[in-house]
Amino acid sequence: MQSTTLTLGPVLFNWPVDRWRDFYFRIADEAPVDHVCVGEVVCSKRQVFFADILPNVIERLERAGKEVLLSSLALPTLKREARHGAELVNGRHMVEVNDVSLLPAVAGRPHAIGPFVNVYNEGTLGFLASRGARLVALPPELPRSSIEAIATGTPDVTIEVWAFGRTPLAISARCYHARVHGHSKDSCQFVCDQDADGMAVETLDNEPFLVVNGVQTLSYAFCNLLREANDLVDIGVSSLRLSPHMYDMVAIAHLFRDVLDGRRDADEAFLRSRDVCPSAAYSNGFFHRSAGALYI
Amino acid sequence: MTPTTGKDMELICPAGTPPALRVAVDAGAHAVYCGFQDETNARNFPGLNFSRSDMAAAVDYAHQHGTKVFIAINTFPRAGAATLWHRAVDDAAALSVDAVILADIGLLAYAAGHYPDLRLHLSVQAAAANPEAIRFYVDAFGVKRVVLPRVLSVAEIADINGAISCETEVFVFGGLCVMAEGRCSLSSYVTGQSPNMHGVCSPASHVGYHESKGDLVTRLGNFTINRIPAGQPAAYPTLCKGAFRANNVSGQIFEDAVSLDASTLIPALCRAGVKALKIEGRQRSRAYTKAVVTQFRAALHAMASGAEIPHSVLAQVSEGQSATCGAYLKTWR
Repeated sequence: MQSTTLTLGPVLFNWPVDRWRDFYFRIADEAPVDHVCVGEVVCSKRQVFFADILPNVIERLERAGKEVLLSSLALPTLKREARHGAELVNGRHMVEVNDVSLLPAVAGRPHAIGPFVNVYNEGTLGFLASRGARLVALPPELPRSSIEAIATGTPDVTIEVWAFGRTPLAISARCYHARVHGHSKDSCQFVCDQDADGMAVETLDNEPFLVVNGVQTLSYAFCNLLREANDLVDIGVSSLRLSPHMYDMVAIAHLFRDVLDGRRDADEAFLRSRDVCPSAAYSNGFFHRSAGALYI
Repeated sequence: MTPTTGKDMELICPAGTPPALRVAVDAGAHAVYCGFQDETNARNFPGLNFSRSDMAAAVDYAHQHGTKVFIAINTFPRAGAATLWHRAVDDAAALSVDAVILADIGLLAYAAGHYPDLRLHLSVQAAAANPEAIRFYVDAFGVKRVVLPRVLSVAEIADINGAISCETEVFVFGGLCVMAEGRCSLSSYVTGQSPNMHGVCSPASHVGYHESKGDLVTRLGNFTINRIPAGQPAAYPTLCKGAFRANNVSGQIFEDAVSLDASTLIPALCRAGVKALKIEGRQRSRAYTKAVVTQFRAALHAMASGAEIPHSVLAQVSEGQSATCGAYLKTWR
C-alpha cells in the first residue's frame, strides 16, 4: 500500500518576495513533503510580486523531487483573473482547481481539486473523478464521518484533509485588511503585507477569534491533526495538507511524517508541535463534529 | 442574454411557511421559493418550511394564481446520507414544481440524470461568480438560471450576462451575506452548525445574552459577538455583523448591521440583463413578505411604465437597520 503523502499548501499570505522564495527553497531542501502547491489563491493583486521568481522556485522544488501543483484563485471575478486561470491550465504542471470556473478547462486530464471547491459528498467526488480529478482536498469543516464516507467510496482518488495551519473560513469581495486600515480595496496599499500569518481579530472581550488575510477570513486557532493522523489513514485518507505559516514548517512536516511512519508517538509529536509553534492555539473541532475552534 | 425589460422581470419572493406563501402569492409574486422541513434547505430553522403535504397544497395554490414555485434544496448533501437530498428532488419533481434550486455538484448530476425535464436553478450557495463557472453548470447539468452571489458589481453582472446563455437572478432586498455564499464556515467554526451542511448560520440555539459592566453582551458559542451599551437596541448576533477588534480598531470590521436594499438599482440591473429579482427572508414575518412584495411589484410596474422608481419606503422592515447596496456598488469593497 502506498504510504500517505504530505502536501504543502500554497502560501496564503502576502509575504515579501525574498521570504517567499527562501521559504520554498528550504522546503525543497529539507521538508519531507510530496506535493507542493504554489501560486496566489487569495488576491490576484499579489501575483505580480512573485511572478518573476516563480519559475526558479518551481525548478528548485522539482529538482528536489517534489511534485509541484499550481493553485488557482479561490474567487476569480475579473477578466484578467480568468486569463490567469487559463494560463495555469495551459502549463505543463498539474493545476489545483480552487474555483469551479476552471473545471471545463481541466476536464479529461489529471488535475487536483483544492479545498475551496465544495466536495461534501461521494456524489460530487464521483462526478469530479470522472472528469479527471486525481487529488481532492476536502473542505476543512467536514467531520470524520463525512471524510470516511467520501474516502472509502472512491479508491482511485487521493483524498486529502486539512491537517495543519489556520483554517480558511470565508472569502469575500470586500477586503477587510483595507477596510480596517481605512483604505478602499482598489487603493489598498497592500497593507496585508504587515501580517505574515494574518491580522488577528479579537472579540470585544479580548478573546482571540479569527484572522483576516485580505479578502479571506481564517481561524485564529491552528488546525492540528497530528493526533488524528493515523486515524485519518485508517478511514481512507491518503494525503494530509500542511498550510504554510511563519513557524518552522520543515519541523512540522517532519512531525507529521514521523507519526505517519510510526517513528514517533502522536501524543509526543503533538507536544513537540507546541514547542515548534509556541504562540499557536490549536484546534481540531471540525474533525470531531464540534465547533471548529475547539481542541477536543 | 439579451437585456430584459421591466415588463418581463420576475419578482422571486420568500415563503417560509404556507401562510407566508399565500401572502406572497396574493401580493403579486411572480414566483415563490420555499423548502422542505429538513436540512436539505438553507433556512432549516425551527417552525419553518413545508411538509410534503404542505408543499403539495402550496404548489396547487400558487399555480391556481399563476405563480411559480421554486423549491430550494440548496445545502450540500451529507456524505453517506445523500438519500435525503435525492428524495427531496424526487418529491419536487413529482409535485411538478417550476424549478428546483440546487448548489451541490453531485445533486445537480442526480437531478439532471433522473429528471431531464426538471428545470434547474443554481443556488447562490454555489457561488458561481464568473461566466466560466456559470457555463460549467449550464453545460454539465443544463442549468437554466443562476442566482448570482452577492460579490458582484452591476457592471460585472452586465459583463456576465453578455457572456452566458442562461438567465440570472439577483438578490435585491433582505439579509446580506458579506462573504461569498456557500464558501463560509464561520458559523461552524463557532457553533459546529454551518449553512452548507446544516442549513443554518449563527443558530439561535448557540446564542446567549448577559449583562456586564453596563453592557449587553451578545455571545455565539464561546465568543462575544458584540457589547452594546444598556438601553440601545441589540441586533441578533450574526457572526459577520459583530463588533470585534483588529489592528487597534474596534467595530464592525466585516460588515455593519445593515441589510440589502437595491431597489434603486432595479433599472440598472434590468439594463444589465438580469431576469429576476430575489427577496431574501424565508424566516421573516408575513407582514414583511407582504410589504416587500407589494413595494417591489410597484417598483417593477413603475419601471415598466417608464416612471421613476419610488424611493425605498422599506426602512421599517429592514430589521431596524440601515440599508446598503452591498457589492452592487464597487465602493462597498
